[in-house]
Formats: sequence, structure tokens, C-alpha cells
Amino acid sequence: MTTTVGRGTPLLTADDVHLSFGETTALRGASLHVYAGEVLALMGPSGSGKSTLLHCLAGILTPGSGSIRYGDRDLARMSDTERSTLRRGAFGFVFQFGQLVPELTCLENVALPLRLAGAGRREAQRRAATWLDRLEVADLAGKRPGQVSGGQGQRVAVARALVTEPAVIFADEPTGALDSLNGELVMKLFIAAARDTGAAVVLVTHEPRVAAYSDREAVVRDGRVREQEPAR
Amino acid sequence: MSVGFALLGLLENGPRHGYDLKRSYDEAFGRDRALHYGQVYSTMARLLKNGLVEVESEPGDGPERKKYAITHAGMTDVAEWISRPEKPEPYLQSTLYTKVVLALMTGRDATEVLDAQRAEHLRLMRVLTRRKTDGDLADELICDHALFHLEADLRWLELTAARLDRLAARVRP
Ligand SMILES: Nc1ncnc2c1ncn2[C@@H]1O[C@H](COP(=O)(O)OP(=O)(O)OP(=O)(O)O)[C@@H](O)[C@H]1O
Ligand SMILES: [Mg+2]
Repeated sequence: MTTTVGRGTPLLTADDVHLSFGETTALRGASLHVYAGEVLALMGPSGSGKSTLLHCLAGILTPGSGSIRYGDRDLARMSDTERSTLRRGAFGFVFQFGQLVPELTCLENVALPLRLAGAGRREAQRRAATWLDRLEVADLAGKRPGQVSGGQGQRVAVARALVTEPAVIFADEPTGALDSLNGELVMKLFIAAARDTGAAVVLVTHEPRVAAYSDREAVVRDGRVREQEPAR
Repeated sequence: MSVGFALLGLLENGPRHGYDLKRSYDEAFGRDRALHYGQVYSTMARLLKNGLVEVESEPGDGPERKKYAITHAGMTDVAEWISRPEKPEPYLQSTLYTKVVLALMTGRDATEVLDAQRAEHLRLMRVLTRRKTDGDLADELICDHALFHLEADLRWLELTAARLDRLAARVRP
């Protein structure tokens, strides 16, 4: 609804996106711009379409109409292979609940995206270890997800999202399952690490204290977005 | 001073007598702080002096016979007041509540009032969060105190936003 000025070309653009699940219309003309290196908080009431929009931006869901562009490339016009290469290489994900693989150790979990991208085992584990260290959970390397606390698990999940140094990280209520102090600690480490790598973060949250770590907010309501203009 | 704007706003739907204004005000905003007649008349006198209302004279004398109407300048002032977010500080909800109810009564977009306030709160919360991140333990504790209060305001704001339809059904004339 708001025109966007400044900051050059958006990295990721949703343009007049509509999407329905059968009878339910989740998005009705949602537009949003994500700029390189920014932390953008997506807020709004439950059921307003935040997760759906996030999944569209990440190329997980395809809009019924409207477009999602990464740079100047329309996601819908890419082949499946191109799209999954993009998802694996340029995008990272953190979700509300442990999406860690229970059979793998924390270190192996963080190394997994690198392995999938073709890195050797040693190299992948070495880089994974530095990320566990940055998230202050190096001591958990040998443990399995079932043996760590919720807050520790979320830090491991953050490390896994960042390990490939993606251009955009999507986070859907990443602190939703944590108490507010733990949630904030995870957020602090997450944002600091993302800023270090220059990643843009699209963060769905209903917690004002978490949103306060963002650079700006966009409010989703009834499947539409009211976007705050970027500074400058 | 929000009483002045509230009374002015109530006049947007048509001219009113002083006692009528007081009754509407008490009904909408005065639940546990009803206005005194004296307060109504002194406020109206001030608004009159500032050209924000005018008097439609009627036969008979005395203040209770006066019918007040909002002027163009008055409407501009109300519009400006409603759309301007409040400086985030504790206990602003009564002013904010007045703005939201008035917006609904006068057919404005109350969601916009709440959105503007959310943006203003978040702006301050970002400043405090940054100060906290860069500061020592004392900064952290001081900023956290302010952040918890602002967060409480915001939660109330979201709750109000979620109940706007119900509120509108109650306050619309
Ligand atoms: N897979 C699905 N099938 C059918 N309806 C869905 C599906 N996913 C979402 N919806 C509906 O689409 C709308 C938007 O849902 P969405 O999950 O995007 O909301 P949200 O803003 O993320 O809410 P919350 O804050 O509760 O997570 C809702 O009405 C929801 O019921
Ligand atoms: Mg959701």
C-alpha cells in the first residue's frame, strides 16, 4: 500500500500476490519488498497470512496470481531445479519448532546443508563447528536434538540456517516456543550473525521485543500488507 | 487537553448543546471520570475563543441554551490530533482509547490510528534495543524496564485492533 523509496533495487519482491487454499483466501493483493542486508519484521494478527506470504517469498508456495521476484527473476518462471538450487543456496530457514533431524548430532545437523550443496564431510563439519561456536553452543556438537533444551535447539537451528551464508533468511516465529528472555538471547545472536554475513532476514513475529531487533516492520492484515518505508 | 479534542470530535456528527455533549462524553469516555458541567463550559469557551467551535444561537439565554458547532479549523485540528501518534510513554492508553473511539464514531480508519502508534512505539523500542545491545549492564537494565512497559502498551494495542469491529458496533451512532 505504501510506495517504497530509496535503498535501490529490492532483493526480493512480492507483487500483488493472491493465494487461496480451497475456499480460504489467505493472500489478497499482498505486496512487499525485501532489501539486501535488512532485518524486516512481519507482524499482524493470527491467520492474517504471514506464514503464507513467507512461504511464497521463499518459493515454497506458488501464488495463484501476482509474482515473486528474486532480483529481476520471476520465481514462477524458473524450472523446479533452478528454484530448488536457489532455495538451497540463497535462502535459509528457521522455524518455530525444532526442524532438526533427530538422528543426527547437532554438529551434523548444522553441517547438513553444506553436505547437500556438495561440500566434503570434514570441511562441512569444520564450518559447522565455527557456527555452533558463534551461537555459543559449541559444547552441544556431539549431542542429538532430543538431548538439548528448546533454546539450545533454536540456536542450533539458527546456526544451520546461517552456515551456507544465504542472501535471505526466513524465520517464522523462531522464538515462539521460548520464554521471553531465552527468545531474546537467541534473537540477539541470530541478528548479530545475520548482520555479520550481510544476510537479509524476514522475520515473522508477534513479540514486540523481538520485532525491536528489526530495521523496519510490515503489518499483514486480511491477506494484505502495510509496509513501512525503508529509512533514507 | 485530550478532553478538548474529544468534545470537538463529538461535534463532528452535528451541533450539540453543552449538556448533550457532556452526556455523550461520559458515555463514551467518562466511565470512571465523568466531566463536570463547569469543565464542559470552560472547555467550550476556550474552543470558542480559538475559533474551533461556533455558537448557533437559539432563543433564550444562559449557557444551557447554547448549541455548539465545529468549525473548519476545528475539524482540521481533530483530524491532525487523531492521526498524530502519541509520544510513547506510560499510561497513554486513555488518550489512545479516546482517539480510537472518536475515529470509529466519525467514520475514520481506526486501524490507521493503531498502526501509526505501533510504528511510533517500535521506533522507540528499536532505539532502546540498540542502546541495550551496545551498553553495559546498567544500560541494559534501564532499557529493559522501558521496553517491558512499551511492550505492554503494544499488546494492549493489538488486542484493541482485534476487537475494533465489536467496539465499532458499540460506539457508532
Ligand atoms: N495449508 C492450508 N490449508 C488451508 N488453509 C490454510 C493453510 N495454510 C493456511 N491456511 C489459512 O490461510 C490463512 C492464513 O494463514 P497463515 O498461516 O498464513 O496465517 P498466519 O498469519 O501465519 O497466522 P499465525 O500467526 O497464527 O501463524 C488462514 O485463514 C489459514 O487458516
Ligand atoms: Mg504463521
